[in-house]
Amino acid sequence: MSERLISKIPEGVLAEKWTKHKAAIKVVSPANKRKLEIIVVGTGLGGASAAATLGELGYNVKIFCISDSPRRAHSIAAQGGINAAKNYQNDNDSVWRLFYDTIKGGDYRAREANVYRLAEVSNGIIDQCVAQGVPFARDYGGQLDNRSFGGAQVSRTFYARGQTGQQLLLGAYASLNRQIAKGNVKSFPRHEMLDLVLVNGKARGIIARNLVTGEIERHGAHAVVLATGGYGNVYFLSTNAMNSNGSAAIQCYRKGAFFGNPCFAQIHPTCIPKHGDQQSKLTLMSESLRNDGRIWVPKKLEDVRRLKEGSLKASQIPESERDYYLERRYPAFGNLVPRDVASRAAKERCDAGYGVNNTGLAVFLDFSLAIQRLGKNIIEQRYGNLFQMYEKITDVNPYEEPMMIYPAIHYTMGGLWVDYNLMTTVNGLYAIGEANFSDHGGNRLGASALMQGLADGYFILPYTIGDYLSAEIQTPKIDTKTPEFDEAENAVREKLNKLMTIKGKRTVDSIHKELGNIMWEYVGMARNAEGLKTAIAAIEKLRNEFWNDVYVPGTTAEFNQELEKALKLADNFEVARLIAIDAQNRVESCGGHLREEMQTEDGEAKRDDEKFMYVSAWEYKDENTLPELHKEPLKYEFVKVATRNYKD
Amino acid sequence: MKFKIKIWRQKNAKAKGEFVIYDIDNISSDTSFLEMLDILNDKLISEGKEPVAFDHDCREGICGMCSLFINGEAHGPDTQITTCQLHMRKFKDGATITVEPWRSAGFPVIKDLVVNRGAFDKILQAGGFVSVNTGGAQDANIIAISKKDSDESMDAAACVGCGACVATCKNGSAMLFVAARVSSLAKLPQGKVEGSQRAKAMVAKMDELGFGACTNTGACQAECPKSISISHIARLNREFLTAKLRD
Repeated sequence: MSERLISKIPEGVLAEKWTKHKAAIKVVSPANKRKLEIIVVGTGLGGASAAATLGELGYNVKIFCISDSPRRAHSIAAQGGINAAKNYQNDNDSVWRLFYDTIKGGDYRAREANVYRLAEVSNGIIDQCVAQGVPFARDYGGQLDNRSFGGAQVSRTFYARGQTGQQLLLGAYASLNRQIAKGNVKSFPRHEMLDLVLVNGKARGIIARNLVTGEIERHGAHAVVLATGGYGNVYFLSTNAMNSNGSAAIQCYRKGAFFGNPCFAQIHPTCIPKHGDQQSKLTLMSESLRNDGRIWVPKKLEDVRRLKEGSLKASQIPESERDYYLERRYPAFGNLVPRDVASRAAKERCDAGYGVNNTGLAVFLDFSLAIQRLGKNIIEQRYGNLFQMYEKITDVNPYEEPMMIYPAIHYTMGGLWVDYNLMTTVNGLYAIGEANFSDHGGNRLGASALMQGLADGYFILPYTIGDYLSAEIQTPKIDTKTPEFDEAENAVREKLNKLMTIKGKRTVDSIHKELGNIMWEYVGMARNAEGLKTAIAAIEKLRNEFWNDVYVPGTTAEFNQELEKALKLADNFEVARLIAIDAQNRVESCGGHLREEMQTEDGEAKRDDEKFMYVSAWEYKDENTLPELHKEPLKYEFVKVATRNYKD
Repeated sequence: MKFKIKIWRQKNAKAKGEFVIYDIDNISSDTSFLEMLDILNDKLISEGKEPVAFDHDCREGICGMCSLFINGEAHGPDTQITTCQLHMRKFKDGATITVEPWRSAGFPVIKDLVVNRGAFDKILQAGGFVSVNTGGAQDANIIAISKKDSDESMDAAACVGCGACVATCKNGSAMLFVAARVSSLAKLPQGKVEGSQRAKAMVAKMDELGFGACTNTGACQAECPKSISISHIARLNREFLTAKLRD
């Protein structure tokens, strides 16, 4: 274990770790909380819930978001649901089972203690959200309803139609609004963090740009919480929102926060396929659809050919000529295998020539059997908004013809390395939600991102941050007129000026698309030593081209969306390099990371627990030096590590 | 496909704006409206001109960030969608398409097609919440809520806060937006307690921020991308009157 990585996992029995830890950590008195300031960057489920809760506790909180309102954060787009171990369905669910499914789903690359804590606080999240007035789906008796998600054999997913993320975020945002009205939280919308400021090795503030006026601002605080989500947008085409980005995390990485498991990116199996080169993003079709939808491709290549030329419709292919390949390969879990498994299986069929659209990169998701069994009305009630969204985008009615889907980048399990308190390797800098690496290992299960964001924000960070701040009660309000803030602001100004003066020929988007192509081709669903080498060289070449030939119109002192995009892309090169370097190092197939060299004879992923049962945490050196790898070994004391089996 | 795009250009909040016409060609019918604007911007930048500023984010109809008045309709000619879900196949090849920002006293223009909708946050801060702190909530299944009430609450909660209702209303009223939040919470026992007080506070804030009065034309409902019904305005009025009678 690297001496820089102290995970602070409490000793003792798994089920008692969090309780004992809470009893052991220090608290801050109400009178002292009023003297302390906390900056929260990002207002998705993690950031909004944390800021609201910290405000309720009496801290002075400042929140920053890049959108015009905290409610726009991309958590809002989560469709399917949120897991909790309530066991309302009496199907023998428990905290242990949710913990076990998550560890197994993560392909044994997450910490036992963190994941157990996540499962433990999951039930409180549902209670909290209902108390806030979140309209979860209910049955005719007025009780909460559940559905099933991938990687689980119980129904533990709570949902609000196909808009669960929206409703949970509106709940957290409402709590946040209440604190803003009370004056405990100050909101800075349309502000983008451009650097982290350290004073004597501690996180003491940020440099932010007012996106409307272009002004560069300094903000000080006793602690900084990063809740800025994932870095999937480095692939250009992803299910992330256009403005989602990993820039803030990279700024922190450059300032000394180690980056954990960057190569673990989740490729979601059910997205609407790419239509052409003019496409700007991909749209997810919720995993919940796999409750009733069956995934298939034709058995015969002849049928594939006729589908492509348009002389055959999917609905005309008889049952006996369809290959329900997930049900065939994984009988126990069938269409509800975890995302990484489903994505690889789709790729395998398409690589073999069975892709059903013109690009050859699509499989069917079929509801005909469910419609026969349950009637169109029930299906409409369950998935109406998703079916409507599909039809609006593709112009095909999914009640009549099966949907076409294909895997796409969706979520990043990797993120800033944090200890059990969610603190990064920089003192006073915390990372929560998708921005940290901590709970999902190599693959995240469906409906667990919402759970983690809210667990971190409502129930974990508000306690653990007190332990750090209890030693800061004597620290006066952070002065931003200091050399440290001067230096950080000057560096930001220099970077902005440099971008504006290049005045090259290429648009930001054209370079971003090119970066995305490199990433998808060589660092996407399947990776190998040769391809990763190619990618790293290509990323460096493109980075040089960017800094020599990009054109950013306008000025820095105004609303300038091209400048915003250019700043994000500049950081994306660092993200891309990190993903590729980590993927190069991890010579095993694990969760969302598939190394082609490491597969079993029947095409399943092959882990190497002997060599890689660790978290890779990368330390930044400089642009031209490779980052240094630190290893946090993973110890499994409570579960038996096994090869993942979804077959029986 | 090719189009003439007639777009509102305005340098900043203080500048005087004007329409500018751009020609665009080689657009696939599967391309979304915002992707068409991306392509136009790429072209403008390549010609050394300033790209058109417009708000957008999730591009799947849920974040509420995108806006635009297209050919005189909020979110364009298609129904039940936001602008990001509109596709070029909905327009005739060769057509001229007029694109404007939301126009309302409550939403001042920041630049080109981007407006400031901060007033919506302020209205919600006035009372769009249940006053409950984190921790200490009782078990989620203790209070049974009928499926009908829960479904109606969800119907109202589907509002994405885009502002199409305000931009469409001839009075620039935010009644549908306010009603959606008030009604969603009033239908649930958790939100019922503060129901009338919430309605009063939010309506007062809406008036204070310069939004107009509701004259029941129903235009907001017709243009709402989430089909929020004006029946919620009736519920808001009931809650509001209860509060007034108590005063």
